[in-house]
Amino acid sequence: MTLIADEFAGEAWRVILLQDYNTRLVTLSAMALGASCGLVGAFMMLRKRALLGDAAAHAALPGLCLAFFVGVAGGLVEKSTPLLLLGAFVSAALGALFVVVISGRTRLKEDTLLGVVLSVFFGVGVALLGVAQQLPGAQASGLESFIYGKVASMVLQDAVWIGGACGLVCLACTLLYKEFTLLCFDPAFARGQGLNVRWLDASLMALVVLVTCVGLQAVGLILIVALLVIPPAAARFWTDRLAPLLFISAALGAISAAMGAMISALLPKAPSGAVIVLCAAGFFCLSMLLGPARGLLARWRERRAFVRSVRQEHLLRAVFEWHEAAGGDAPHAAPLDALRSARRWSRGGLAAAIRQAVGSGFAVHLSGGRIGLTPEGLTKARELVRRHRLWEAYLIHHADIDPTHVDRPADELEHVLGPEMTARLSAALFGGEGTQPVPPSPHALPGPHVDGGPNRGGL
Amino acid sequence: MNASVGQSRPQAGASLGSEHSHDAALCIHDVTVAYHKRPVLWDVDLDVPRGSLVGVLGPNGAGKSTLIKAVIDQVPRASGNVLIFGGPYSERRERIGYVPQRESVDWDFPVTALDVAAMGLYGRIGWFGRVKRRHREQALSAMERMGIADLANRQISQLSGGQQQRTFLARALVQDADLYLMDEPFAGVDAATERTIVEILRELRARGKTVLVVHHDLQTVREYFDRVILLNMRVVAHGRTVDVFNASNLQKTYGGTLTLLADAAEAMHRSGVRR
Repeated sequence: MTLIADEFAGEAWRVILLQDYNTRLVTLSAMALGASCGLVGAFMMLRKRALLGDAAAHAALPGLCLAFFVGVAGGLVEKSTPLLLLGAFVSAALGALFVVVISGRTRLKEDTLLGVVLSVFFGVGVALLGVAQQLPGAQASGLESFIYGKVASMVLQDAVWIGGACGLVCLACTLLYKEFTLLCFDPAFARGQGLNVRWLDASLMALVVLVTCVGLQAVGLILIVALLVIPPAAARFWTDRLAPLLFISAALGAISAAMGAMISALLPKAPSGAVIVLCAAGFFCLSMLLGPARGLLARWRERRAFVRSVRQEHLLRAVFEWHEAAGGDAPHAAPLDALRSARRWSRGGLAAAIRQAVGSGFAVHLSGGRIGLTPEGLTKARELVRRHRLWEAYLIHHADIDPTHVDRPADELEHVLGPEMTARLSAALFGGEGTQPVPPSPHALPGPHVDGGPNRGGL
Repeated sequence: MNASVGQSRPQAGASLGSEHSHDAALCIHDVTVAYHKRPVLWDVDLDVPRGSLVGVLGPNGAGKSTLIKAVIDQVPRASGNVLIFGGPYSERRERIGYVPQRESVDWDFPVTALDVAAMGLYGRIGWFGRVKRRHREQALSAMERMGIADLANRQISQLSGGQQQRTFLARALVQDADLYLMDEPFAGVDAATERTIVEILRELRARGKTVLVVHHDLQTVREYFDRVILLNMRVVAHGRTVDVFNASNLQKTYGGTLTLLADAAEAMHRSGVRR
């Protein structure tokens, strides 16, 4: 048992260190493929045609089979990659072209046509494949490997094709970076800038079809869409800029494909397409979780920071208002019990707010269980109260909301609308910019006298 | 042979008819546009003089955006032709600054505001060219004129509606065009942005540019525009604001008198009459 494990470990190291000629060939070409798919796929995602690659891949099958027939008829029993690729390219391009041209001529939407093309071409392909497998030489040409993908069946010639396609894709995306960007962002404006949108779209599609076809053997036509769609989607979680997006997408594609190729070299029974998809999916999940630009964790942290700052602002305002209602002198402070009843705190919310405010130097614990404001805290609290009451006044005078109902909406607005809005608000209410004093509250405040507390009336 | 074809162009312009003046910035001659066989613009025939600030007004579905798109060949014309500074669009492309509706693009796109403003220079940079520092500086100075230079490095989804609209205008300004076509630049913008846009429109007019603006707010028409085109599937009235912007024309434009024309369009659509 340990012998087998040792043997496997040794094998794994040989694969990872690319010691075999064959592993090296397969892994490197898978990387090139993944990178080109990630690059083109990112533009396709931004062009909102992510699934066009899927239709093209499925549409490649009939061409592949027909090319095989031509090969058999021509007396070629051995697998002839250029011929098969040519067949695949022509029929995949036809499929993609069909989608785009028909959607421009009729009222059918692109997604509907994608479904039609994908299924019809693939159906025809499967029928042809049935015939092809009756013929001698079908086994040798490994036609099924085009469907599910089998990196191990790659030979030098395939690697050369993939490398060539990768080079072309990189060159095209570098030269046409600006053109592709404008095409994806605003095609109507692109035309105004003298770009031939139809030609650009055709070039982008040709690149997709190209990487799809050269990648068929490695990933298979059912799953190659994964390399076109998943890396760009994952990369979007990491950045809000285009150039880094392209780079990350290409890198994720390359790494997923390389890992997939290595794993399937170790497990010859596993179809490599599926393994590559699983690796890409792993990166996708990681990106969705950890991506700093729009990942779930980043969102969650943002949200938590917001909740905390709102809580702290509530506390500062509560202290200020209690003190104001009580009419006491400095220092601004309020007893804990009064603060607790001042508003509905979430469980432990008040304690957390106090901890936070004390931690950031806005509040201090005073004797007698009171919470006091530091000078910084007082400045901040005054600004908050002012903002809150400006909103209340605005809602009462400009939105005709009853004074008893303005507290809650103002409560929500004051946290999300910053100084700029407040300045405009102040200008709208008082006609001038600058620093107005804190206006009185338009409704009763929870003060020391709970019933009929000092109501200062409206503005 | 080819030379004579080239020479016949001005004559084609001359044959437009005596009512069309030659130094107009924009001559729209008998233009009809149909979408999927449904006519949306009937026989539009008008001239826009140089240096004028024109409001294009009309109810929803009146064909205001379509008119602009017909000028820049974005929609096929069923009939008629358009001359811009005496030539067809294909030869005047770089003299036209087009500001599409804000909703026409995906604002989640991974580019910065500066990237978008610089897109107005892509035509001048040319195929395969790079956006260089001086292009970025040009774009930045256009953003400065729109008062959004400080937002240059923001991703565009982080901009407010008004800031997005200003970015679009900055993109058109860097083109330094002679004819600007703006599709609802005031839609959904804040008061400050509206003021900035109006200032820019006046500045453009002062520099002799011609500006067509699709507009919705009838309150501000007199204040903003020298001329108006009142549109409701056909031109109801066109001319100087003081002359044509009156209650009876507005009634004709916005009133319910057009049901017949809409019904006719619908009938043509149903009967499948080919255009």
